[in-house]
Amino acid sequence: MAKLHVSTSVNGEPMEFLCEPYETMLDALRGQLGLTGSKEGCSSGDCGACSITLDGRLVCSCLMLAAEAEGHEIRTIEGMAKGGQLHPLQQKFLEHAALQCGICTSGMLVASEALLAKNSNPTEEEVRFWLAGNLCRCTGYDKIVRAVMETAAEMREARP
Amino acid sequence: MAGGTDLLVQMRSGLVRPGLIVDIKKIGEMTEIAETADGGFRIGAAVSGMALLEHPRFGKVWPGVLEAVNLIGSKQVQGRASAGGNLCNGSPAGDSVPAMIAAGAVVTVQGPNGRRELKVEDVPAGPGRTNLKPGEILVSFALPPRAAGSSDAYLRMIPRTEMDIAVVGLGVSLTLKDGVCTAARIGLGAVAPIALLVEPAAKALIGSKLDEAALEAAAAACRAACRPIDDKRGTIAYRTKTAGVLLKRTAAIAARRAGGH
Repeated sequence: MAKLHVSTSVNGEPMEFLCEPYETMLDALRGQLGLTGSKEGCSSGDCGACSITLDGRLVCSCLMLAAEAEGHEIRTIEGMAKGGQLHPLQQKFLEHAALQCGICTSGMLVASEALLAKNSNPTEEEVRFWLAGNLCRCTGYDKIVRAVMETAAEMREARP
Repeated sequence: MAGGTDLLVQMRSGLVRPGLIVDIKKIGEMTEIAETADGGFRIGAAVSGMALLEHPRFGKVWPGVLEAVNLIGSKQVQGRASAGGNLCNGSPAGDSVPAMIAAGAVVTVQGPNGRRELKVEDVPAGPGRTNLKPGEILVSFALPPRAAGSSDAYLRMIPRTEMDIAVVGLGVSLTLKDGVCTAARIGLGAVAPIALLVEPAAKALIGSKLDEAALEAAAAACRAACRPIDDKRGTIAYRTKTAGVLLKRTAAIAARRAGGH
């Protein structure tokens, strides 16, 4: 079967790639695009380790066909730090040791960033419900939730 | 393919091997949310849960349908999954289906020979099966205009707090006038091979002030409608009893939203 030609934007950069019709966005990212920050956990949309945004909306890249990226904007964990400067969430995850093995971390960060873009002042309950689609088997979630809450507070203060 | 959140998992596990996949999200009508001239809503079959949540008016008019749709999977899944897919997947436990039944939603189906309309409760045919014919696709849901004093609610019983499949799901849509219930529809899921419209339960509520006797009669009607399976999620006895409990709780929420008590 002929490969499909896809023109898309990844982290603000125009990108083109060829993919099999049945290939997932996650496989395309980790394969030909060489962006291995998005992780493969379950490949069934349960764990959230492959979280990316599609036109600003949080999705599992394992539940999306690569061909669906045509004409849309993809953002991944690789686009989160700007010019060597960590995003406040990344910095706070480090300070709180909100990660252990690291497999869930990029998905947690991408999902948390999507939350804060929608809601700059989430309650702890809102954070926990929002991150319910991101599984972490190491931390027990507490440090992650605290890191997100504290980042949200600092980002609100930093705003003029 | 609408959101693809079921299809890609089924492809991955080898359950389905499609020769051709058509992305219906490229068809404008499939992803539109329109308020119709008569005050109702038309929701494209591929509208995602997140798109529905972000709509400024939909959740005010149909809070029960919205909360049911928003229970389908995680936020990531919400970014893709649609009520259309939830219905066509044919799961007896699909969360949006009882709420859509309660809402009185009608779907438009497009086939090779034109369009036809079906009530939502007439779409499922059994676990994993629908009454759509080969070549037919779901286009949209039409939700009727709302009378003053109307609202709806959806509750499901799950053993966890999030990210689970309903043991029982129940949607109530009702209209109150001076505290009296003048219209009601009840949709009940996960307790039979298909989600059910429970007309006897609605009859028990209509004409009442939603007093304990009326609620108990409606709960009994829901229990009587149950034909559940025994499985790891819940026994027949548990699912049946829970259906009655959920009727009372869901009706109370819908009534409060409708401006009753």
